[in-house]
Formats: sequence, C-alpha cells, structure tokens
Amino acid sequence: MASGKRIISDLRVFGRGYFRNVAGLFFGLIFPVILILIFGAIFSGNNTGKVTVYLQNQDTSVPAPFIDVSENFTQALNSTGTLNVQSVPVSENFTQYLSDHSTYDGIIIPANFSFNYWLEQPMNVTVYGNPTQSSNGIVLGTVSAITDYFNLQRYGGTHIVGISSASIGAEQPKYIDFLVPGLIGFAILISPMFSMVNISSEYKKSKLFKQLSLTPLTKFEWLASKVLWYIFLSVISFLLMVGVGVLVFGANINLTVWLIPFLILGPMMFCSLGMLVGTITKSVETASVVGNIITFPMMFLSGTFFPISLMPEYLRNIAHVLPLFYIVEGLNNVLVYGNIWAALIDIAVVTAITVVVFVAAAKVFKWRED
Amino acid sequence: MNPVEVSSLKKHYGDIKAVDGISFTVNQGEVFGLLGPNGAGKTTTIEILEGLRKREGGDVKVLGLDPWGNGSELHKRIGVMAQGFTFFEKANPVEAIKYYADLFSVKADPEEILREVLLEDSAKNLFENLSGGQKQKMGLALSLVNSPELLFLDEPTTGLDPTARRAIWDVIRGLKAKGKTIILTTHYLEEAEQLSDRVAIMNHGQIVAIGTADEIIQKHGSAERLEIHGTEELANYIKTNTELKVEYNGKGLISVALTEKIDALAALAAAEQSGLEWGEIRTRRDSLEDVFVHLVSGSIDEHGEIKTEENAGNQRRR
Repeated sequence: MASGKRIISDLRVFGRGYFRNVAGLFFGLIFPVILILIFGAIFSGNNTGKVTVYLQNQDTSVPAPFIDVSENFTQALNSTGTLNVQSVPVSENFTQYLSDHSTYDGIIIPANFSFNYWLEQPMNVTVYGNPTQSSNGIVLGTVSAITDYFNLQRYGGTHIVGISSASIGAEQPKYIDFLVPGLIGFAILISPMFSMVNISSEYKKSKLFKQLSLTPLTKFEWLASKVLWYIFLSVISFLLMVGVGVLVFGANINLTVWLIPFLILGPMMFCSLGMLVGTITKSVETASVVGNIITFPMMFLSGTFFPISLMPEYLRNIAHVLPLFYIVEGLNNVLVYGNIWAALIDIAVVTAITVVVFVAAAKVFKWRED
Repeated sequence: MNPVEVSSLKKHYGDIKAVDGISFTVNQGEVFGLLGPNGAGKTTTIEILEGLRKREGGDVKVLGLDPWGNGSELHKRIGVMAQGFTFFEKANPVEAIKYYADLFSVKADPEEILREVLLEDSAKNLFENLSGGQKQKMGLALSLVNSPELLFLDEPTTGLDPTARRAIWDVIRGLKAKGKTIILTTHYLEEAEQLSDRVAIMNHGQIVAIGTADEIIQKHGSAERLEIHGTEELANYIKTNTELKVEYNGKGLISVALTEKIDALAALAAAEQSGLEWGEIRTRRDSLEDVFVHLVSGSIDEHGEIKTEENAGNQRRR
C-alpha cells in the first residue's frame, strides 16, 4: 500500500535538497525566466517591423516668406509607422555616416527643398539603399508615397482611392504570446528530464536505491514523490512565465483549467522518460549522453523558442514525433488561441505517451537486483 | 531459533560462483565476522541475508523469515549499513534520521542516535561536507533508527584512516554491549579480531574456517613451532638428521613444528651438529593472521588489508 506519509516525507527531503542546490535551482527556475526576458526583449521591442533609416536634411536655411516644409516632410515619413527616422547632422559626410553605422538605408532632403517646393521647381529627394535588402523597398515605397502626397497637396488635389487595413482576430498574436507557452514547455522538459536522468543513474551507481529498498519506502512512492515535486516546479515555472510575459511584455494569455492537464502530464512524462534513460544505461556518463541526445532536439524543434510554422517541412515532420511538441502545441491552443477542441487532441496524445513511458519506466526500474 | 540460519547457500554471476554452498548460524547477541579478501563473496552473502539479492540454492532464515520473499517484513526489524554508504548530498544527519523515522513510522530522537554513533558534533552539516568517517557514522545512525534486532554492517571501515576506524569500532562495541546481534563483513583481520565473537573466513565463495579465533587457530594453525634464523642448507640438514617437520620460507627463516617440547632440543642439537651458522631462535604459535594467510594463500599488506595472488590486480566485485 502506498503511504502518503512516506511520499510526503520523501518529498520534503528531496525538495529541501533541491532548493539547497544552486545549480539545479538556476536551471530549473531561473534559466527559463532569463530566456523569456532575452527572447522577449529581442523580438517584442517597440521597433518591431520598423526600418531604421538615416535622414540628412540639407534644407537648413529657408528664405524669409517661405515656410519650412522639409520638417513636415520628415514628420510625415516618421508618422507612417514603417520607418524609424534618425536625423544626421548636415556637417556629416552622409555616405560615410551610413557606412560608419553599418547600414544602407538613407534619405537626403536637398538644400532649398522648401524654396523649390513653393516655387514649383522640380527636384529630387535622394534615397540610398542596397537593392538586395528588403528594407530598401520599404524605404523607397514610403518615400514615394510621401512625395506623391506632397505633390498632390501643392496642387490642391484630393485622394480618390484610399486604403484601410484590417487584421484577422480581435487581436493578432504576437511573438511573446507564442514564447510564453513555448518556454513553459521548455521548463516542463528540462527540469525533470536532466534531473531524473542524473538521479536515477547516480543513485544506481552509489547504491542509494538499494539502501532505500531496505526501508518501507516503495519504488512507486519514490517515483510519486519525484513526479509531485516536478509538477510543483512546473506550476511555479508556469506562474513565472505568465507573470513575466504579461507584466513585462504585455502578452495576451487565456487562463483556463485546460492548461492543468499539461502541467500534470508533462512532468510525469519527463520524470518517467528521464528515469527510463537513467535506468537502462550502464553508466552515469552514458546516461547523460543519451539524455542529451533525447532532450536537445526536443528542446529546439518542438516550437519552444519559435513557432514550428517557421521551420522547413522536414523539421516540422520531426517535430510531430517529439512528445514535447504536443505539450507546446496544446499549451498554445489553450493559452493563445483558446481552441479547446484542438487542445483535447493534444491532451489525448500526451496522455497516451505518458502512460507508455511511465509503465515502461516502472517496469524497467528495479529497487533490488535478482 | 537463531537470528540467522544459512545452509548450502549458493549464488553465481555468470560463470563465477560468488557463493558456493556455505552454511552457518549466527547466535543471539553475538558479533559475527565474515572475513575474507575482496571478491570472496562476503557482500553477496550479506545482501542475500538482507533480501537485496535472490539466492539460487540453499536455505536462508533471517529472524525466522525468508529475506527475499518477506523482505518488507524483515526490513522493519533489521538495520543495514551498506558498503560505501551514501546519502542525499544536501541533507544533514538530523534530517536524514527524521526521514528514516518517517519511512519506518517510528519515533526516533536524532540527538540520542547521533550521540550513540559519536556524531553529535556534525548534526547539522550537509552530508556532502562530512568526512569519510562521519559519513560511515551517519550510515550507522540510520541503521539504528528502527531499533533493529539484527544489524548488518558491510565493511564499515573500508577506506577510513586508523583513527576514524577506531572510532567506528568504539561505536560497534557500544552496540554490542547493548545486546544487538551484529553481522559484520570486513577484509581487515584486526577488525574481525577486535570486534567479533565468532569469525567465518571466506575465500572463493566458500567458508574455509569458522569459530572463535582460538578455535580457528587450534583447528587450522600449526601447534607450537621453533623458528631459527638460518640458511636453506641448514634447514635441509635438520630435516635429514631428525624426524621433525621442517619448512624453509626462502628468506632465512627455518620453521620446525613441535609436537612435544623436547623436539626443540633435537632440532637445536642438529643445528649445532651441522657446523653451519645460525642466529636468533624463538618459539611461537600461529596467530589468526598466520592461519588466515595460510587459508586464503595470500598475504596482509602494510594497511592490514588482505592480498591474495589472484586479486593482486585489485579486481573488486561490487
């Protein structure tokens, strides 16, 4: 008979040891937070989608009765939302300045821009750029639209055809919205996996399992306590990820009870898988190599750091055989899309894999030898 | 009924007969030493008695129970300190004792147990920071948590320095004084002599001698003998000119078995008569060490550890 008292007592010793182990604590809890902060900052900054372009306004002295339109022109470029305009002092050699700043994209507003504008003298705004870069097209298109607008204004014309844009869904998911479930999946994977591979091979070598088998603790109780511990840790990871995602990066997340199966089944699956690896391998070193071979591809290819829709076909096919993929996909369905029916399929797949791995681990794992 | 009864116990690993038909009993309240070189089968034997390994032949009763079949019942009543005891690195002795007390559902006073094993000074130190001797003491402490009737100590002092070893011996003597039955394996002869009431000497999976030290010496040792420092030539002279049993050890020591005291005179007369040089003389009896070395055809190295020819390469069976 399993005893809750023994499970809790084992849980207490194990948990206390876990919190005393700085390295484990770092990789289990802190590391995923650092990752979400780094990835979140890189891909979810305010400049997303905008092209930085350097602009030198050489129209510095506008003769008395004329109004300075070069400033309006600059503001118009800025307000398009596609360009992030950085101004370059007139004293600088412009092409030199661009190369010093490792960029190709630049705009020069010529001297006497306002003067010529009011006198209707033809002139050119010069756009610098590398035609092989996509940013060049964005800059050219934007500048061309603004010059058209200015020309139209000068002759008192009106727009006949305009554009309005619409996006699908109440709110378009952002990268951070995918990153939160991805990194929850990452935390669910790495903590139990690395730790159980290590513990089960190490305890086997040091005969700690044998020692424990001489107490009333059963192997089932021992495993149950580990699973409970890693469920607890994944709940903490989940709260940290959601907290950072929402508070720091403004992620949009649907919190429903449907995420609970993933937080329970995930740690159970990877505890069992880790124990399976640690048990069937002969040495601690082999265990760690085999553990890494299983963990690393799963870590990168399951949609943890970026959506798998960005990956080529053959990698997507690989992703579909990785257990973590179904956890991340399920968490995405719950947290991002609110698509519970799709999530139920993921829950079914994850449950099936967990049962298989758990039964295999429980069968292979022996307290004592024959 | 005796706490431990073993008859014709057998266990092999592949082609190696680890335990080859041994029989012995352990009496209530005694310290029973299983002595033998590495790979003699001591740990296998003790693990079968603890219910950690399955036997392949023979009968084993420990506290009246079959250790493999009734392991969980047995484990509540025995204490075990495994060879090379280890524990969770980030737990201290007090926590470890409380943990074991919870697992066994018993009340235990960590301070009292730690005092008993002389570890009260390190009660709050993490296991990873304990010295080798302290770790072994913690192993002893844990084996006592469930107040066992029978204690198994598998090489409790292997790898420890002499001071730490003596400290462990003190602890074991204290446990013996409290009337615990203890089975101890060791490959240190001195340890077996110091602690055990009775000793079984194991070699190649068999018990080659069993009894108290005196009984073993009497049965397997030579009677009194005369030792003469001299050459092989002298040894041969004595051999041919007396009816005595003479051995030469190849290193300038002649040994003459004495059936009666008067035999010494005959041997010395022959030596004198030979006209050859001879030096120091003395009479002595075999010690347990002599018997042991003789029985396992090995030697005892400077650390007091037994070396046999076949495991000079230091192959250890774990």
